[in-house]
Amino acid sequence: MHKYWKFGALMAVIVGSLVWLATAGISSSQSYYKTISELNQMGTAAQTHHLRVSGDIKPKSIVKQDGIVKFTLVQDKLALNVAYEGRDPLPDTFKDGSQALADGRMGPDGIFHAQEIQAKCASKYAPKPGMAPDSIQKQVQGSKAAYGS
Amino acid sequence: MENIGALALLLAFCISLYAIVSSVVGKLKNKPFLALSGERAVLAVWLLVTTAAGILVYSLMTGNFQMAYVASHTNRDMTLFYKFAAWWGGMEGSLLFWSWLLATYAGVAVLTTRKNYRNLLPWVIAIISCVQIFFLILNNFVASPFQVLAQDQVIVSAADGQGLNPLLQYWAMVIHPPFLYLGYVGFTVPFAFAMSALISKAPGESWIHTTRRWTLVTWLFQSTGVMLGSAWAYHVLGWGGYWMWDPVENASLLPWLAGTAFLHSVMMQEKKGMMKVWNMVLISATFFLCIFGTFLTRSGIVQSVHAFADSPTGPYFVAFLALGIAGVIWLILDRLKFLRSENELESLVSRESSFLFNNLILLASCFAVLWGTLFPVISEKFSTEKISLDAAWFNRLMVPIGLFLLLLTGLGPLFAWRRTSIASIRKNFQIPGIGSLIVAAALIIGGMRYPYSIISLSFCFFVAATIVLEFFRGANAIREKSGAGFLPSVIELTHRNTRRYGGYLVHMGIVIMFIGYSGHPFNLTEKFDVNKGDTVKIGHYTLRVNGLTEGDTANYAWEAAQLEVSKDGEPLGMLEPSHRFYKASQQSTSEVALRSRLNEDLYLNYAGHEGDKATIDAYVFPLVSWIWIGALVLIGGTLVALIPSKVARSYARTEVIGTVRKDVSVEA
Repeated sequence: MHKYWKFGALMAVIVGSLVWLATAGISSSQSYYKTISELNQMGTAAQTHHLRVSGDIKPKSIVKQDGIVKFTLVQDKLALNVAYEGRDPLPDTFKDGSQALADGRMGPDGIFHAQEIQAKCASKYAPKPGMAPDSIQKQVQGSKAAYGS
Repeated sequence: MENIGALALLLAFCISLYAIVSSVVGKLKNKPFLALSGERAVLAVWLLVTTAAGILVYSLMTGNFQMAYVASHTNRDMTLFYKFAAWWGGMEGSLLFWSWLLATYAGVAVLTTRKNYRNLLPWVIAIISCVQIFFLILNNFVASPFQVLAQDQVIVSAADGQGLNPLLQYWAMVIHPPFLYLGYVGFTVPFAFAMSALISKAPGESWIHTTRRWTLVTWLFQSTGVMLGSAWAYHVLGWGGYWMWDPVENASLLPWLAGTAFLHSVMMQEKKGMMKVWNMVLISATFFLCIFGTFLTRSGIVQSVHAFADSPTGPYFVAFLALGIAGVIWLILDRLKFLRSENELESLVSRESSFLFNNLILLASCFAVLWGTLFPVISEKFSTEKISLDAAWFNRLMVPIGLFLLLLTGLGPLFAWRRTSIASIRKNFQIPGIGSLIVAAALIIGGMRYPYSIISLSFCFFVAATIVLEFFRGANAIREKSGAGFLPSVIELTHRNTRRYGGYLVHMGIVIMFIGYSGHPFNLTEKFDVNKGDTVKIGHYTLRVNGLTEGDTANYAWEAAQLEVSKDGEPLGMLEPSHRFYKASQQSTSEVALRSRLNEDLYLNYAGHEGDKATIDAYVFPLVSWIWIGALVLIGGTLVALIPSKVARSYARTEVIGTVRKDVSVEA
């Protein structure tokens, strides 16, 4: 099998370079997923790590000022103030009630400074299996009243 | 009517079970008429699934708001176009779409294979039907599209539906998912053929011929689907990106990478009888990656901007994947002795070697994308921290991989089988090699400093030159004999070997796409807050705000900016980026204003307003149009490769002429 040593060597070089590319600088590419409660538990460590926090956008909390967008993320009873400072336009799904993911760092001022925002449609578009979506439920109850049963 | 649809699906499930049993028993017990009834069962399943799908589509188009699916994904004001597209707009409908496509593919497979590959057909039917049954289980028992709305056991109807998310009401919604599904579902057929050849221990390589054809068609659909998604993102989302390594995007890329590797390595098996085990592994991996991709987009195990509901189908997919992979591994290991290689690798500078490295690098990239996509899941299992990797990590790996692959597309086709002589290397690579060095030098002298762009463009020249030379030399050889003109000779050349020259066209398409991707480091980005009458500049362009307007229609409220564009003093016309807010769904969309030319795109997005000022995001994207042009060339090349060659090629190297019984006695 010694005649395959050239193949083996070239394959090792290729795979080795790829592994090196994957691991070098991986720490700058990593973001830790956190919920708001986990974020609060992190204390000052939240200021040094690259984090992704998820939550729902509190209705009427979106404020655009001097090129920075400020809003509040809520999850259960917890709230987090976020300031989005990135260049990219906000996604069209970013509005009151949407699920959002804020990628950035916690600032010493208690505000989460996000460089990237992802938003998903509010969960009313995705009903639980076996249940009708909220707006349909209201309609259905309305028509039930019409049937008078 | 929903009951008829549900009944049709249930019957389809039962008859698919029959198809498996009758095909397997008919084959093993040598009962040809039983196997024939299995073929007919497949066609019957198609009729039943089509009935169910037809009922769903009819309900969507006529607004039968008694059905939960119709109420969730359409509303009265939607055009018929999008009401039809709502078929795949939600989970239950999209799973039915999967089943219907699979039944259609199965029917076509049966009808086209009846004559030539009779011995494989029962196994092909059995395997496709196994997959069909899995999806019918989901359609019938887990995620039925025919559920009705009810209040306290009384069926009620909603007055109007919720409608499809306006972000999805874009023309690409009608074709991007169907093309992707045609790809995802389609890989089932070559997989079934490969497994059938393995099960029946079919001698020779004739099954590869039909498998390869199916794979090429499916690969074409998958490529088109992926590029449509990329084009959609670019034109609609407002930030001018065409790929962001989102998990759902990656899910569609994974089978494409494995499928591309398979298309290449299968040529090794055809010509040299090598890599037989590897090809079985590859086609299985491609198929299971399709199932995995379907699972990833529905299970919610990774966060994505393509939001599907968290669905109960997740565990079913995992079970199917586990059983399927276990079965295939057992089958391959059991049949190993039928998969012995007939030749060996000889030289690093050979066609075999280039296929080997092509496969290595494609599979490495497939693994890298899979790893990066699943990293949050993996990291959570092993470290309690859920970590995600950003687009920069993917690019760091995939850009060098892509460049190495690009180089290989230039080198590989011109290496000879077994060993390439130095004379041959000089003849084929001298001009392209020197040319590409000149291109690189010119770029550096011209001031370009991004190493990846320099490498990319010089490699692009290298590959393009090798391809052009191939066409040139081949056409000239034909001209010398026939005396015809140059263009007819090129056509004749291509027609004689559509596989090779169609393949060259596909490679040329990839080169053109890479030229498009090379423009990325030179993108310009600006954000302007403007009043009416302001003038702003980006790159060579001057934008004058002629007006800021707003208005109201029945469907949506809108705001727009009218911008007069000029370049170095020369007026180029008006662009009007705008923003819409759809009232029914409370959803906003951006209508991007785009001026697309070969050298660069001017891209304007209306981001919003603060008081009297409007915020406009302006971008200049150099060379982006080349990406879409390259994709079209790729599609065209694949179609050319699918045309049957004028000169029939014989692929079988070994011909089974009979079997001989041999008694072996062991000397004590």
